[in-house]
Amino acid sequence: MIVAEQKKLEEIVEMLKGDFKTLLISGCGTCVTVSLSGGEREVEAMAGLLNMHFSQAGRQVKIETNTIKRHCDFEFIDEAEEEFKNADLILSMACGVGVQHLVERFPEKVVVPALNTSFYGATTAIGEWQERCLGCGDCVLDKYGGVCPVARCSKSLLNGPCGGSQEGYCEVDPETDCGWELIFKRLQSINMLENVMEYDEPKNWQTFRDGGPRKMRNKEYGNG
Amino acid sequence: MGEYLSLLEKRLDKGQFVVCSEMGPPIGAGLKTIKNKSAALLGYVDGVNVTDNQTAIVRMSSIAAAYMAKQEGLEMIIQVTTRDRNRIGLQSDILGASALGLHNALCLTGDHQCFGMDTGAKNVFDLDSVQLIKVVNDMVTKGVLLSGKEMKAPPYMFIGGAANPFADPFEMQMIKMEKKVKAGARFFQTQAIYNVDRFVEWMKEVRKRDLHKKAYILAGILPARSIKALKMMKEDIAGMDVPDELIERMEKAEDPEEEGVKVAVEIIDRVKKVEGVRGIHLMPVGWEKITPTIVEKAGFYPRPEVD
Repeated sequence: MIVAEQKKLEEIVEMLKGDFKTLLISGCGTCVTVSLSGGEREVEAMAGLLNMHFSQAGRQVKIETNTIKRHCDFEFIDEAEEEFKNADLILSMACGVGVQHLVERFPEKVVVPALNTSFYGATTAIGEWQERCLGCGDCVLDKYGGVCPVARCSKSLLNGPCGGSQEGYCEVDPETDCGWELIFKRLQSINMLENVMEYDEPKNWQTFRDGGPRKMRNKEYGNG
Repeated sequence: MGEYLSLLEKRLDKGQFVVCSEMGPPIGAGLKTIKNKSAALLGYVDGVNVTDNQTAIVRMSSIAAAYMAKQEGLEMIIQVTTRDRNRIGLQSDILGASALGLHNALCLTGDHQCFGMDTGAKNVFDLDSVQLIKVVNDMVTKGVLLSGKEMKAPPYMFIGGAANPFADPFEMQMIKMEKKVKAGARFFQTQAIYNVDRFVEWMKEVRKRDLHKKAYILAGILPARSIKALKMMKEDIAGMDVPDELIERMEKAEDPEEEGVKVAVEIIDRVKKVEGVRGIHLMPVGWEKITPTIVEKAGFYPRPEVD
């Protein structure tokens, strides 16, 4: 899922300085609900905080809330079309994709983000998430025993660990696992260490960000 | 090959035990520092590394500083890290360095930018150190760029890599070192050695894999001038093994600088006898002026002629 975290309230308040009467706080029911940053619960909490802020600031702002199933599909946005249209300003509690998708659907509206979209990750403990994929567009997990060197090594090294790997941890942070330690142990345990014995060619980063903003079309369904 | 472009390579090929050292370029554009540092090292060492924005702190470029030091008569080793430049920038720099008469390159991944002052920088890591070695080697031996483009005038580099006897996971580090050799690394400079026993064990593994016959191993020595420096290395520098006994010894020392030199010379005396070690690499970070003293005390002065 996409993991996100809420911006600090001061930063959000700074975005809400303009002159408006109705503010819609809009949450998303998918990834950010699971990563406890922009679901219904967080939307309601945000509404409470902002209500307090506006009343303390002596401002008359009507706060509305909604949480739709997914901000990344117009289908779900359109179900709440009136709510979006009635707002003077929208505070999105979806990921960065959601913010931009709303802007595309309602070009006349100003939409500001309440979240910092962080990474693609998995839940590793209650209230804890860790990055697992960078979305490089050319998956190599078969070779590395299901542990990604691109995402799990701080330097995305393909041919082995750097000299900063010590006792299983990364030089960047003593609490971050060394991705190569994980790869090594995993390959050893499944008797596939030979996978990393040979030279690994430089990666073709064209499928990553380096090919420009990416798009994809499924020929069976798309109109292309 | 006929005429050697790299004197370091020539010395090693002729069987000399070499002494290398390191020069940190200035944070600034001044020539004077390099001239002074060069003059102090002249005649004492067979090759001098110039670090490439070491610990991710902006300094004068390794190639520019190395070129100026070369004018002062030193044999220079440029350091090239993959942290700040992609394959385009790296290959371009190799061409430029070779054209300037710099023919030794230590190819590294580079410290993560979190260690420096520009922690908000975007890193590159387009290539890793093994890939960089292979790319440079192909430029030199095949006369081709990574793209496949042929060059009329290929560069020449005597290619080196780093090896850390104290990093984990041990076997995977060995596999990587082996890959570097296959990719074209002709010499290795190791991480600073304080734990000699562990280095001796590591060299056993190096010999088991015949890597000492395929590349020259230069043992890294980092003379520490104070207890503070030693503790910092133990705690803050990635991939270092500083035994507690050594810290205690430095703590007891009346003159820490004198003790630091003694310790360095003792380590040199032990590692130079290890089978497969073909030289030492001194890297007295923040204490470069001690290099000649250590070279003399270790019995390496004067340096032999190249021929």
